[in-house]
Amino acid sequence: MLELIDVAKSFGPTRALAPLSLDIQSRRTTVLIGPSGCGKSTLIGLMNGLIRPDQGSVLFDSTAVTAANSALIRRRMGYVIQDGGLFPHLDAGANVTLMARHIGWPKAKVEARLEELADLTRFPKDALARYPVQLSGGQCQRVSLMRGLMLDPEILLLDEPLGALDPMIRAELQTDLKAVFEALNKTVVLVTHDIGEAGFFADVIVLMREGAIVQTGTLRDLVDSPADPFVTRFINAQRAPFDALRGGAQ
Amino acid sequence: MTKSPNLVPIALLAWVLAWPLPAGATDPSAPEVRIGSKKFTESVVLGEIALHLTRNAKAGAVHLRELGGTRILWNALLKGEIDIYPEYTGTLRQEIFSGLDIETEEALDRALADRGLRASRPLGFNNTYALGMLPALADRLGVEKISDLVRHPGLKFGFSNEFMDRGDGWPSLRQRYGLPQAEVRGLDHDLAYRGLMGGGIDVIDLYATDAEIAYYGLKVLTDDLRHFPAYDAVYLYRADLAARAPAAAAALLRLEGRIGQAAMAAMNGEVKLKGMAETKVAARFLAKTLGLDVTAPVEGFFARLWRHTVEHLTLVAISLTAAIVLSIPLGVIAARRRKLGQVILGIVGIIQTIPSLALLVFMIPLLGIGGPPAIVALFLYSLLPIVRSTYTGLHDIPLPLRTSAQALGLTPMARLRLVELPMASRAILSGVKTSAVINIGTATLGALIGAGGYGQPILTGIRLDDVNLILEGAVPAALLAIIVQGMFELAERLFVPKGLRLTADN
Repeated sequence: MLELIDVAKSFGPTRALAPLSLDIQSRRTTVLIGPSGCGKSTLIGLMNGLIRPDQGSVLFDSTAVTAANSALIRRRMGYVIQDGGLFPHLDAGANVTLMARHIGWPKAKVEARLEELADLTRFPKDALARYPVQLSGGQCQRVSLMRGLMLDPEILLLDEPLGALDPMIRAELQTDLKAVFEALNKTVVLVTHDIGEAGFFADVIVLMREGAIVQTGTLRDLVDSPADPFVTRFINAQRAPFDALRGGAQ
Repeated sequence: MTKSPNLVPIALLAWVLAWPLPAGATDPSAPEVRIGSKKFTESVVLGEIALHLTRNAKAGAVHLRELGGTRILWNALLKGEIDIYPEYTGTLRQEIFSGLDIETEEALDRALADRGLRASRPLGFNNTYALGMLPALADRLGVEKISDLVRHPGLKFGFSNEFMDRGDGWPSLRQRYGLPQAEVRGLDHDLAYRGLMGGGIDVIDLYATDAEIAYYGLKVLTDDLRHFPAYDAVYLYRADLAARAPAAAAALLRLEGRIGQAAMAAMNGEVKLKGMAETKVAARFLAKTLGLDVTAPVEGFFARLWRHTVEHLTLVAISLTAAIVLSIPLGVIAARRRKLGQVILGIVGIIQTIPSLALLVFMIPLLGIGGPPAIVALFLYSLLPIVRSTYTGLHDIPLPLRTSAQALGLTPMARLRLVELPMASRAILSGVKTSAVINIGTATLGALIGAGGYGQPILTGIRLDDVNLILEGAVPAALLAIIVQGMFELAERLFVPKGLRLTADN
């Protein structure tokens, strides 16, 4: 479905990605994880051509993503970012349907799809006429997800979609998001820095550090057979809620 | 669900303001004879006299009155924008032909003929420059002649702007007499009398036929070193006028030697001190001197106001529309191309710093006088606020939103149309609003080069020291600015998408 072959990227003198290769499996959820600056967001940017690699190539459906075809290829990829990236001058519904209307979908089809997506993402239909400034953070992310899914893309890319939400809403959205992934059975790439979130969503976890992939596998693989002491350190660095009560059992 | 792109309605809005061009200055079916005059009363009266005479000779004629200073009239005459204007031999010798050292009348005629121009014989009065002061002060200081001023370096001089830098004006006068005064300022000649009476200024330059000299009983200082040359009034006209409108040219020459010093000063006084219309004063003079019966219709208040309104709106609407059409794309380019953007913003910024009067005068050799040069100048001044606000509006769109638009698969043009311009619409509209208000104010200067508008009564009002006339231009201009501002507030409701006008709590 999506293959990155020997890609590398530097921003000025800073190397963001060392040459690396990664094959995203169809109809699986792949989670890119790692500390800040590890290159996970750069990697997802390479996938939809928002960032051009210095070397190597990105193949989508066996076609190389180039500057010339990236606009068309992006229409086959949903994209959701932190805070939603909703356009403030359009109401929720118009944000979702912008692209479909632009490429000339008939009105009835647009309306039907919008309703279907509102049901899928459990977004209240009467809020579709509200503007982003009138929506809560969680609602914005639901609208952003609907926008990403509008053209029924083959792949869904999510760059820290829940990063800015408070814990309760985040947990609720995690549950709903996972239900959506399961219902649609699409290829999903999700970036997070939270190992708990990664374990919750991932079929495959790609753990990155300093522009390189440290280990690829399930959460179980990472816990049981870490490829590097960093893997264990990274997993254990995130405090579980009851650590404090156990009185330093570690 | 969404508002369509906002470029078109903004341009349309301005277009609605666009009036058809008024007849007169820019009419293609132009009359045979176009008369110009400078922006002081005597020149306007002489222009009106020429107008009556040529019309009486059955020539179609117009009078473009109060066209700024000598350079504007001279260039317009050379270019054929006007056919006739009243001038003074001293100005021709000292100012226009200052480098040629013209001594004799024959040499002057030759210099004019070389440029396709002719001058009438002197009309009969010599309106030379003089210096004047209040008699009380002159008596107290014992000042009789200009050389007496050397002994009083503390006196404050206020000279007309043209006098400040003309060949026979202040610089050479100071040299000739060795005048030590340091406090010398340039100001409008008609305001100088006010300054003199108010005590802010001690010495001013005078024209010998100024009616105010007698009215205020001013002390005229003797030019004991004979610095000022003769300023015999003549009509300058294009040599081709005799062929095009022979009757008009012949009629004009009937005035040679017919206007004496006293007669001219009296006419100036009738206009400036008694408030009579120039056209009436001119008609009465012709009736008395040449026995001509000319009608002198005076335009009523509302007809005049309507004409000025149409002229003003025309200047503003055309220049502003053109500025919007060019500035928004320039702002878009500036926002997209960093280096080119700096160049664009730099250039429109520099244009803004050119003094408006200077810009108007620069335009004359290229575009003549009247509406077109004024429109181009106003257009240039309207660029900066719109270019800058478009640039800023686009530049300030947060990166995640630009990335989102890109990630949706929108092409650059579609991103601009569907996302970026609508998001920048409020900033762009406020730039257009600023431009419109500045434009309305600056357009009043258009009257200096014959473009008419609300500046015309302001100019005349300053010339005649008539506050009512000044208000006749200033009040409508201010009202227009307020109305246009209000229209833009309404336009914001139409053109700025609702989502951008909301705040989080409603």
